[in-house]
Amino acid sequence: MSVLVLVPCDDGRPADGALAALGAAQALGPLQVLACGPGAAAAAAGLALLPQVQRVLVLEAPALPRAEAMAPWLAQQCAARGCTHLVATALAWPRALLPRTAALLDLMAVTEVVKIVDADTFVRPVHAGAALTTLRVPDALRILTVRASAFEPPQPQVREPAPVEAVAPPPAESRSASALQRQLPQADGSVALIGARVVVSGGRGTGSAAGFDQLRPLAQALGAAVGASRAAVDAGYAPADRQVGQTGKSVAPELYFALGISGAVQHWAGMKDSKVIVAVNKDPEAPIFQFADYGLVADLFEVLPALQSGIAALPPRS
Amino acid sequence: MNLKILVCAKRVIDPNVKVHVRADGSGLQLDGLRTTLNPFDEVAVEEAVRLREAGHAAEVVVASVGPAACREVLRTALAMGAERALLLELPHEPEPLAAAKCLAALVRRENPDLVLMGKQSTDHDHGQTPAMLAALLGWPQALQASKLEPGDGALRVTCELDQGSETVELPLPAVVSADLRLNEPRYAALPAVMKAKKKPLELLQPQDLGLPAPAPARLHLQRAELPAARGGGRVLADAAGLLAALRDEARVL
Repeated sequence: MSVLVLVPCDDGRPADGALAALGAAQALGPLQVLACGPGAAAAAAGLALLPQVQRVLVLEAPALPRAEAMAPWLAQQCAARGCTHLVATALAWPRALLPRTAALLDLMAVTEVVKIVDADTFVRPVHAGAALTTLRVPDALRILTVRASAFEPPQPQVREPAPVEAVAPPPAESRSASALQRQLPQADGSVALIGARVVVSGGRGTGSAAGFDQLRPLAQALGAAVGASRAAVDAGYAPADRQVGQTGKSVAPELYFALGISGAVQHWAGMKDSKVIVAVNKDPEAPIFQFADYGLVADLFEVLPALQSGIAALPPRS
Repeated sequence: MNLKILVCAKRVIDPNVKVHVRADGSGLQLDGLRTTLNPFDEVAVEEAVRLREAGHAAEVVVASVGPAACREVLRTALAMGAERALLLELPHEPEPLAAAKCLAALVRRENPDLVLMGKQSTDHDHGQTPAMLAALLGWPQALQASKLEPGDGALRVTCELDQGSETVELPLPAVVSADLRLNEPRYAALPAVMKAKKKPLELLQPQDLGLPAPAPARLHLQRAELPAARGGGRVLADAAGLLAALRDEARVL
């Protein structure tokens, strides 16, 4: 078994959710980690202490290499190292890179894996999570993207650090997209959606961007990430990178608040694995009540102040 | 710009229809379910037609790969404004790698400047075909596009990322995959639907494009099952009751 785990880095640390791939790959055996991007070298020391990690390869670069240049390089690395598995979290960069790499090797990738059964058998959802399929991949190299919401990142160990080795970045590719501008979300200190313990999501029921913003103090009081349904994003109430659902992010927090969200299958697909789901909706017939653990049939804006003050007044758990 | 655009259109089970698992767990029960044009591909068709309407494209060709029934989604795309359609007939719906190989052969025949397609299909959610097609062609790719602006010999494309977005310059020819945010597809009115019936729809066989007979699937389906059911929950009287339940019963606060 020779497992290569791709860890995109940002600002000297693994990107949010990237370590889920290392958690998923624990079951496959000893791991080689390829840390890529800005500050990959700085992140390497931490990666070298994670369980099963045998070697950390560092591809330091001012930006994550584009898939057009990186895919042939990665395909060649997998061949040269005799990899049996190439694993990454299903973040935007691996989602663009791994299928491109797979095609160059005449392989299928298995995307959005939620369970690794054994070295060649994997489970992934289809039809917006309506069913789970178990797939066997008989190829010598299995290329996987895994859902961050389905795997815990591993904890650092007291151990001899794995050796760290710099690798040269792939040569530039002229037939490639090139970045002109990066639009970052507002740096408002908000909690990242991926990996959040609590998520507070708003839907069409928030009524407006200003209404949606009224959820933020509740999120802050809970230390929660803010999420949104597709309806809220399409209506312009919330930015696209906050969308939870089939076409947005999948989350599985301990506690999920669905506020003014009807609960379409599309949304359910992205949050159904949350441990506890709370729904607040005016409409008692809203589908969200069929799968929420706790519900309030109420006007969202009438309930919000009581929730906020109630949370603020909670004594610390002993 | 005077682009020739090829749009890839997949036939999917209508995402609003509930799918079931076969009783023996051997797969999904999909027979007889309503089908539709993949909603993401619909966005791609709309974008291509808008580019032509704005004078940036000369021709919009729509292509599908799969069984004869895929003609229905090609007719939808023609009704939305594509000029002509191609169906590469296969006995079964191909998985992404096989689909990308077929589409690459169609691209080599048609020589478009731009291939547009949805970022994923709503049935299998693989999200692989766009990048695989770009790989097989050796073309640049811009995925999850939420904005597309024609420029001088290149496109300026805004792509959704995990946090925020990025704008890239995309030299042509290239593959672009569409996010839902790219546009809101039009509804084809009856006259357009009638007109679409007269537009050319060409049927092709793999051998017409020098392709081998379809290979067996690379991913072997072992089992299909329903996800763990969530028990119906409780409706509480007020915020205080909710907080008490979250604290004392669920123990998550």
